[in-house]
Amino acid sequence: MSRIYDVAVIGAGVIGMSILRELTRYRLKVCSLEKMEDVAEGASKANSGIVHAGYDPIEGTKKARFNVEGNNIFADVCNELDVEYKMIGSLVVAFDDHEINVLEELLQRGKRNGVKGLEIKGQEWVFANEPNLSRNIKAALFAPYSGITNPYKLTVALFENSIQNGADVIFGFEVCKIEKDGDYFVVHSADSRFIKTRVLINCAGVHADEISKMAGARLFKIYPRRGQYYILDKPEKMPVARVIFQVPTEKGKGILVTPTVDGNVLVGPNSEYIDSKDDTATTQEGLDEVFEKARKVLPNLSKRDVITIFSGIRATPDTHDFIIEEDEDVKNFINVAGIESPGLTSSVAIGRYIAEFVADKLNAKRNLNFNPYREDIKRFSELSDEEREEMIKLHPTFGNIVCRCELVSEYEIVEAIKRGAKTLDSIKRRTRAGMGRCQGGFCLPRVMDILSRELKIDKTQITKFGKNSYILTEKRWED
Amino acid sequence: MEKYKVVVIGGGPAGLAAALESFKNLDDKKVLIIERDKFLGGILNQCIHPGFGLHYFKEELTGPEYAHRFIEQVMENQIEYLTETHVIEITPQKEIVAVNKKGLKRIKADSIVLAMGCRERTRGAIITLGTRPAGIFTAGQAQRFINIEGYRIGKKAVIVGSGDIGLIMARRLTLEGIEVKAVVEIMPYSTGLRRNIVQCLNDFGIPLLLSHKVTKIHGKYRVEGVTIAKVDSQLKEIPSTERFIECDTVLFSVGLIPENELSKKAGIVLDMRTGGPVVDNTFSTSQKGIFACGNVLHVHDLVDNVTLEAQTAGRYAAMYSQHPELFENNIHINIVAKEGIRYVVPQKLNKNFVQPFVLRFRVDNFYKDAIVTISNAGKILMKIKKSILTPGEMESIEISQKILSQLDFSNDIVVSLQNI
Ligand SMILES: Cc1cc2nc3c(=O)[nH]c(=O)nc-3n(C[C@H](O)[C@H](O)[C@H](O)COP(=O)(O)OP(=O)(O)OC[C@H]3O[C@@H](n4cnc5c(N)ncnc54)[C@H](O)[C@@H]3O)c2cc1C
Ligand SMILES: Cc1cc2nc3c(=O)[nH]c(=O)nc-3n(C[C@H](O)[C@H](O)[C@H](O)COP(=O)(O)OP(=O)(O)OC[C@H]3O[C@@H](n4cnc5c(N)ncnc54)[C@H](O)[C@@H]3O)c2cc1C
Repeated sequence: MSRIYDVAVIGAGVIGMSILRELTRYRLKVCSLEKMEDVAEGASKANSGIVHAGYDPIEGTKKARFNVEGNNIFADVCNELDVEYKMIGSLVVAFDDHEINVLEELLQRGKRNGVKGLEIKGQEWVFANEPNLSRNIKAALFAPYSGITNPYKLTVALFENSIQNGADVIFGFEVCKIEKDGDYFVVHSADSRFIKTRVLINCAGVHADEISKMAGARLFKIYPRRGQYYILDKPEKMPVARVIFQVPTEKGKGILVTPTVDGNVLVGPNSEYIDSKDDTATTQEGLDEVFEKARKVLPNLSKRDVITIFSGIRATPDTHDFIIEEDEDVKNFINVAGIESPGLTSSVAIGRYIAEFVADKLNAKRNLNFNPYREDIKRFSELSDEEREEMIKLHPTFGNIVCRCELVSEYEIVEAIKRGAKTLDSIKRRTRAGMGRCQGGFCLPRVMDILSRELKIDKTQITKFGKNSYILTEKRWED
Repeated sequence: MEKYKVVVIGGGPAGLAAALESFKNLDDKKVLIIERDKFLGGILNQCIHPGFGLHYFKEELTGPEYAHRFIEQVMENQIEYLTETHVIEITPQKEIVAVNKKGLKRIKADSIVLAMGCRERTRGAIITLGTRPAGIFTAGQAQRFINIEGYRIGKKAVIVGSGDIGLIMARRLTLEGIEVKAVVEIMPYSTGLRRNIVQCLNDFGIPLLLSHKVTKIHGKYRVEGVTIAKVDSQLKEIPSTERFIECDTVLFSVGLIPENELSKKAGIVLDMRTGGPVVDNTFSTSQKGIFACGNVLHVHDLVDNVTLEAQTAGRYAAMYSQHPELFENNIHINIVAKEGIRYVVPQKLNKNFVQPFVLRFRVDNFYKDAIVTISNAGKILMKIKKSILTPGEMESIEISQKILSQLDFSNDIVVSLQNI
């Protein structure tokens, strides 16, 4: 295989996919190279999903700039891509005078960063609006423009829209060597494929320092910093209406409690530097820390409703700011590295900035056929009975419920497969089949039936998320 | 809107028995069973081991055989049923919304029997630490893959949970050529039947590790092993006892939870301890004309008990649909679980139906030589000696006419347990 591109993006996380989509606004031949079998397999699937207002980052940093820009355009982009986004606002709660002083600092910093609507609210307001919070809270910083989104669905939507607009995404392509051949980079995969590209963009998340080194570009270091979470079952009544943060420490924004756009409760993350970049294990100490701190804010939080636990790994750079720049020595090699929080919020703004920069550089013309719109799969759970009836008439499989907890129909699963899902996790992220309270106990075998039928593969070939993650090991008899 | 006298939701053993019994007791035999799976029979279809029907049929049958006997009767009587049809809503007015590939159906029932069974607790629900690779199954999933679809799910397995299901799966995996390294049980006792410990573990030399828990799952893509540790009496792990077991499969069999999403939406009052609806001795839930039985009501160990319970529920559902006036002005007295008793079903006695019934309950711990008493207004009405009581085994007591005749209806019935 040999393909020649104008621009190649390494890593199909939310950053890589934002850049890819924005690049398709220009007449460029672009691709993304991803080592896994799907998009959003790194930090982009395991984070808090918060669209931050922008009072946290120190003024003048790239973090501050792209956070605020990102927040400003987030709603529009989610609208174009049919992705859930709810501007529910956030509170940073303070328990004592010292913490109230920090709120004041955040308020001032937010103002300098250009964040609108920030206000410090007293106890009365807090309890009137968030009656379940601890009575020990003295005050809170209210940021009305903070919001929540679904990070992996956003990444999927960016991916689908990029494909619609002519981009390639090459999966299972683990970049292991980068050479220069005249004006081109030759990018090799671990399984001996390669592509050529004029511009190479590094969005390899926690592994971005290794990629930069491979390209002979600037040396920096990425430290993996893990955060662990609990997901709680959809409650009858949400315990909190907004994203509830605690006063940040030098370790980060601290543990939060928030509704998710899908109606679950998310609690986490803690912050711990770890040795291995891919060690997504959850630990007792980590989860205990999360629970204790969350309890401080929400005293009646109970582990009884936990449906799963998980962790995500932040790509913390030794530069203390996002690294977004063309390399000084290796021309046309661009690092977009160290994108820790608020990377999700910043993603679209970073995408625009990089695409403009590259288009300028390559003198690219506008792609007049660019279509910014992408439609999500129609979801059984979200329609009225009348709409459901209509849909079943058009597509009988819409009446076949596969995932009972989340009411996901066969139609939705087939649709996800048509749009590129190949593994159980990729179906889970796109449709929620297996994300409910029974965690796939019921639907996993059924989803496998559909995958096997649609992809025309034996069930022993189906994986949870690529590589060696097979579910079944051997077929014992034929029907 | 289609109309039925009785609609049964769920076509497992509970639903089948309830439907048959309703049918027998109705003049206008409009009964409908709605089942979301392809076949009737419920979870029994994948339980291909023997051990079913010993009490009800006095014969040892496999799950599918047991179910088949009821399915046959449903066919013979031409009771209507819909398969591959999912009920998505029931209302207090007893309207049912169900979907299938043909469309969305609205059905009006005079009475409804809930028989939706239960779901399995998962790895996440018991907060098992470590990574999230492939190779982690619930017992039910494993059963389906192995018994119905004919796949092998791994080579070396560790089973978490030593109830009957965990034990039976240990034998099943072994017979399929999968090496079971251990059955790990956090409690100091197994909640499974003695018989199953002997026949499923001892006969195959599979170690049962009591007072142990899986503290961590390892592996990036597929499971590579688990860390286990001993636990103390508080169920906290003892640090120095950690040990790694290499395996590619972890099977969780850590309890079942009644499937009560529909009941919740219909505003039916649930019992925190059983996880199912609160019912009276007619198996009526808090919504008049909606009855419940089988695993959706409380988790049973033996399908025979499910059948008996479902027959009673079916009979009262038929009665309600023909004579709802009999259920007007219901007055209840509570049946309360006290010391040593985790829960009782039914939780209430209906004053309109003071008839003998079976009280089922579970104890909250392992007991040797104890007395279960049933009392009312400070008076002991009944005493039963038991040499062994375990939380894993459901107990039943007949509440006879004689006991009922002594009741003081202004006081609760109390069930409790005393050590001798
Ligand atoms: C715990 C946690 C909480 C967070 N909370 C928030 C939040 O609330 N709000 C917010 O705005 N941000 C948040 N973030 C930050 C946000 O998640 C990240 O900034 C964002 O997901 C980074 O995206 P990415 O595309 O750079 O990285 P990733 O999503 O990690 O993508 C990198 C991709 O590169 C691929 N890759 C790596 N090496 C190679 C190779 N050699 N060849 C090919 N492909 C390769 C990986 O497989 C991966 O798909 C959080 C992050 C974490 C971890
Ligand atoms: C591994 C294992 C071993 C066992 N061993 C034994 C044994 O040796 N001896 C013994 O006596 N018992 C045994 N049992 C227990 C016995 O199988 C159960 O007690 C019995 O099946 C419960 O019956 P049920 O009808 O309540 O539930 P189920 O059999 O679960 O039936 C419920 C039905 O309702 C349907 N349903 C649910 N929701 C909906 C909806 N919304 N719309 C339509 N349909 C719906 C389901 O698809 C299902 O078919 C075992 C169980 C297991 C899992």
